[in-house]
This record gives sequence, structure tokens and C-alpha cells, in this order.
Amino acid sequence: MNRIAKILAGVIALSALTLAGPALAASHGKTKVGFIYVGPIGDHGWSYQHNQGRLAIEEAFGDKVETTYVENVSEGPDAERAIERLAREGFDMIFTTSFGFMNPTVKVAAKFPDIHFEHATGYKRADNVSTYSSRFYEGRYIIGQIAAKVSETGTAGYIASFPIPEVVRGINAFMLGAQSVDPDFKLKVVWVNTWFDPGKEADAAKALIDQGVDIITQHTDSPAPLQVAAERGIKGFGQASDMIRFAPEAQLTSIVDVWDAYYVSRVQAVMDGTWESTDTWGGLDADMVEMAAYTNLPDDVAAEAAVTQESIHSGAFHPFTGPIYKQDGSLLVGEGEIVDDGTLLGMNFYVKGVDGDLPQ
Amino acid sequence: MPFKLQRREEHSAWMALFSPLIAVALMLATGAVLFASLGIDPVKGLSVYFLEPLQSAWSLQELVVKATPLILIGIGLSICYRANIWNIGAEGQFVAGALAGSYFPIMMVGWDGPFVFPAMIAAGMAGGALFALIPAALKIRFGANEILTSLLLVYVAQFFLDWLVRGPWRDPEGFNFPESRLFPSDAVTPLIIEGGRMHIGFPIALIIALLAAFYLTRTIHGFQIQVIGESPRAARFAGFSQSKMIIFAFAVSGALAGLAGILEVAGPIGQLRPVISPGYGFTAIIVAFLGRLNPIGIVIAGFVLALSYLGGEAAQVTLGISDKIARVFQGLLLFYVLACDTFIVYTFRRVGVVREAS
Repeated sequence: MNRIAKILAGVIALSALTLAGPALAASHGKTKVGFIYVGPIGDHGWSYQHNQGRLAIEEAFGDKVETTYVENVSEGPDAERAIERLAREGFDMIFTTSFGFMNPTVKVAAKFPDIHFEHATGYKRADNVSTYSSRFYEGRYIIGQIAAKVSETGTAGYIASFPIPEVVRGINAFMLGAQSVDPDFKLKVVWVNTWFDPGKEADAAKALIDQGVDIITQHTDSPAPLQVAAERGIKGFGQASDMIRFAPEAQLTSIVDVWDAYYVSRVQAVMDGTWESTDTWGGLDADMVEMAAYTNLPDDVAAEAAVTQESIHSGAFHPFTGPIYKQDGSLLVGEGEIVDDGTLLGMNFYVKGVDGDLPQ
Repeated sequence: MPFKLQRREEHSAWMALFSPLIAVALMLATGAVLFASLGIDPVKGLSVYFLEPLQSAWSLQELVVKATPLILIGIGLSICYRANIWNIGAEGQFVAGALAGSYFPIMMVGWDGPFVFPAMIAAGMAGGALFALIPAALKIRFGANEILTSLLLVYVAQFFLDWLVRGPWRDPEGFNFPESRLFPSDAVTPLIIEGGRMHIGFPIALIIALLAAFYLTRTIHGFQIQVIGESPRAARFAGFSQSKMIIFAFAVSGALAGLAGILEVAGPIGQLRPVISPGYGFTAIIVAFLGRLNPIGIVIAGFVLALSYLGGEAAQVTLGISDKIARVFQGLLLFYVLACDTFIVYTFRRVGVVREAS
């Protein structure tokens, strides 16, 4: 026994010695940028795209930066610890990339006033906490238009994650786009209550197809719904990243989140000492939303989609331009008026024509 | 099969004591091989994983924060499991307790003072206990299998929480996002050290562990649990009531899970959210068995599991390995502990390949 104890003690002492070295020799001069992801970087959707943004930072700054990430961080009591760990490791800048990280980010930021925090999709800011998100709904309007042109049954299926404003806004934008082509277009929404669960997402897609939809779109992060669409011989849209390799015959286009430019500019600002707390909500015009290539489409449909994309990009057209009626028939905005950002950010109602009740 | 597991005639107390150490040594050895194969210096890898979290005051506090709910729930479960009652639904009782206790800060806005937090604790424990009594009642009245009923009620509790934070308990100033308002200062679990996250839940858990150890070894009622668990027939002859024991065990384990739940939402989280537990109720099952259903063992096991989570995170940040590797380590640890435990009681015996002429 004594021998085992001695060996163990030796191992522990040895490891303690080797640990102290690298920990103390923290790299000076490099800007250290950390990321907290809610999913695995292999989700090929939301967290994957944020990780692409991280890689873009490495690409842009080379050995002037050092980046790291923690993936699969649950939006509960663990989030604050994961964020604080990065703060304590001497990171200059921390991106927390899911709504559920909002309060933990603000809490940790209050303890570390010299570190720059960037929180995606939230609404709480501080002197050292910026927020950013992108106007995904612009892409939703375009794919709504495409869906209405391509669908033969006049019904699309929508796999939705959680009834938060961002998701509801996407459903409404899709519906407005579809109605601009076919005023009687139908939309069936299934709530799966998860951002990433390929099994559940695929089941929802199968249920929707069995109910007669011939277009599938999704606000969840895995390629599973698109793969189901491909198997059943119908069409669908990718989500967050270009998912064409998962469904080369079925993907019509994909709304791609592009964080690269934003991330690079924010890191640059920290390096230059010009970083300020800001609230960024960019869309096609800011290159934060891009459309993947229009594929598997008749030429005229692809061309019209490109026209819509260009008019949103140039600012000539806003997807939420009136007249728009709520599901209950009341008028939201009149002819030619545009729904303001405040209403968009807190959207908790369907527009007219969406089937079913919004979970409240 | 040329080998077969055979019960040992007698097992050595010495081995029982040191089998966890052997398990840890085996895990370190396997871990070293794993790190080496990933191109990471094994000594550095292992020290980041298992020693770094123990080296700063902050991460020691975080270790305590992570271990506290696991210990509280684990102790309650150990009482059930000793009595051969299989409560698998602590995760649901955790949520039920959190909901019951959160009623005050969320629905009684403006009520403050020194009684708010004690009321929340009492409601949390009552909520967890009542929720746990559902499978108890179903088992006593209908003979329903408590493994199934308690497990399925987890989803009921989780969806009820989900509904509340999206609906009636949603923060009116939260832009329709699914979160409750932040708890006011009188409704927050008191901290032990200002600025950290370690809260009074930890000393409470230690006191409960001591009480449970005393109760299980020094009281007649505690002895009854052992008898009912190991020999139900003997217990019946002795006049111990199985039904009373089912109610007692579920109520206690539910109350402790509920206590863990309200301490967690009022402490490290500070509000209700659609998800409030990273699976504490299920991890606590592992903790209970790793601690050999012994309250003091469970305190140690709670820390071991908590360390494996924190170490996994540290390894992601410092070594840049994926969280899958971190999970592999947790799996290895449990595998070796269980394997070593098995060999205390069992031994391999070589048996000849017998060709039976049937």
C-alpha cells in the first residue's frame, strides 16, 4: 500500500510542477478571443457557423490572436462558470453565442470590466457588453416566395424550435413572402422545442410530409429535415449554413449566417482600442445574412428570388411592409408602412394566414 | 465462454477500501494513453483535467457549486435504493421543488423581508416531496412500477416548467423571451463568500449527510430500511410496513431533490428558465452508487463527478480538445470504479469449454 501511495503522491507532485509552468507563461501581446457555443460545432448549423467566424478571426489575424471555444454549454447554471473560466484565463474578448447566455454574460461582465463581451441575440447591454444578431427574416421572406412558386399542394411545413420572437418573426416573414405570390398559401408549423435534435427534427419532417406538405423549412439547426425531404423526393431549405452537401437534389437555397466580417471587425476594434458597446442588427445589406446558391429551381424562379434579394439588400424593400394583418384579423400596419424594429424584436403573434395557435 | 464470474467465498475489507483508488489509477493510466494518442503531453493533460480545478479559490468554489445539488439528491436517492425502492425521477422532483419555491418571488411581487427565503425553501421541499408521492401512491395502490412512473413524471415536470416560463410566469419586461423575472435580493440563496457563487446549500448538504449517516446506522427506523431492502420477507415477519416505507423514502428523496432545485434556481441561476438542470437528477443516481449508498461516500462521489465536469471544461479551453473527450473521461472513471467494485465480490474463474451432447 505504501508504495502505491508514494507513487500516487509522486504523480500528483510531478503534475503540479508541470502545470505551473505553462499557466504562468500566459502569452502577452496576443489578443485572446474565446467563444461559448450552445451546441456542438459539428451541428452544421448555428454553432458551426459561429465557429466558422472564429476560424475567420484566426485567418485574418494569424499569430496576433489566440482563440478557443467551449462547446455544448447548457443554458443553465453551467453557463456562468464556462464564461467566467474564459474571463479568468485572461481572454480579452468573449463571444457568447446563444440567447440563454444573456444573464450569465451580464453577470460575469460586471466582475470583469476590462474584458469585452459580445452576446448574440440578447437585449441586455453594459459598458463592456455588446449585442449582435442578424436579420434572418430577410432570407425567410425570400424562401417563402420561392416555396409558394414551387409548391404544388400550396402547403409548406415549418419545423420551429421555440416560440421566441426571433422564430415567430421568421415564420411571419416566410408567410408574407409566400402570400406575395399566392394569397391562399398554407403553412403548417410544428414546434419541436429544441435547437438541435436530429431525431426529433426528422420525425417532425416526416409527420409534416404525411400531412401533405411538399416544401419543408426549418428553424432548427441540423440537416435532418432536409435529408428527410430528399428521401421523400420533395424540396426544402437549408438552415444557418449551406447544407447542399446533405441534400444536393432537395435544397433550393439556404439562409446562411455569416459572422466572419462582424467578428473580424470587432476583434480589430479591440486591437485598435476603439471597441465600444454597441447593438448590431444587420441583414443582407451588412453581409451578415447570405443566400446559398439557388439550385433545383426553374430559371425564372431563381431569377425572381435574386431580384427580391437585391431589393432587400439595397434597402428598396422591407419584408414587413404593409398592409399586414395579424392572425386575428386586426390591422398591424397599413399600406406602405413598415413594422418598426421594436415590434419585430418582441413579435409574439402570427400574421394572417398561418394555421394553428402560437404557443403562449 | 471460457471464463465466468464467480462470487468470492469472502471478500477482503482491504480491497473494498482501496478499490476506488485502483480505479482512479487505472483511469489515469488509460487517460495518459488517450492524451498521448491525441498528441497531448499526458502529464500536462491529466494535470489540467484533475489538478487545475483544485488550484484556485474560484474553481474550488465552482466545484462546490456543482457538487451541492448532486450530493443533496444523491443522499435522498440512497435512502430509496437501500430500501429497494427505485426512484428514477429525481430530475422531475428537482424541477417540481424549484417551481413550488419560485412561486413567491415570481407571483408575489413586492413581498420582501427575512421570511421570503425560508418560505421558498419550505415550499421547494414540499413541492418535491408531493411530486415524489405520486409514484409512491401509484405503487402502493395499483402496484405500478415506480421506475417507469417516476421517470415519466420527469417529462411532465419539465414541460410544466417550460409552459410556465413561456406563459403565465414569463418576465413581463423580457420581450417575450421565455424566462421569468430575476429573483429580488431577498429571494436569493445567501452566498458564503461575497463575489463567488458558493451558497449556503453546501453546509446544508453536509449537515444533511451527517444526519442521514446517523439515521441510517444509529436508529431503528434506519435499520428497518436496510431490512426491507435486503430481505422483504423477514421485514414482513418483523411487522415492518412496506407501504409506509415507500411513502417515507419517496417523500424524503423528493424533498431533498426539491431542496436542491430551489437552492439552484434561487442561487446560481437566479431566475426560472426553460431548462434549469443539466441532468442533476440523473447524474445523482451515479453519485449515489459511486458513493456506495453511504451518505459520506456520496459527498465524496459528488465531488469526484463535479471535478470530472470542471476538468472537462478546463481541458476544452486549455488543451483545445472537444467535449466528447471530456465525456470519455467521465465514462472511463465510472467504468473502472464499477469494474473494480465487481472484482471485490466476484472473481474470474476459468471454465473448460464444455460441449454438451444435447
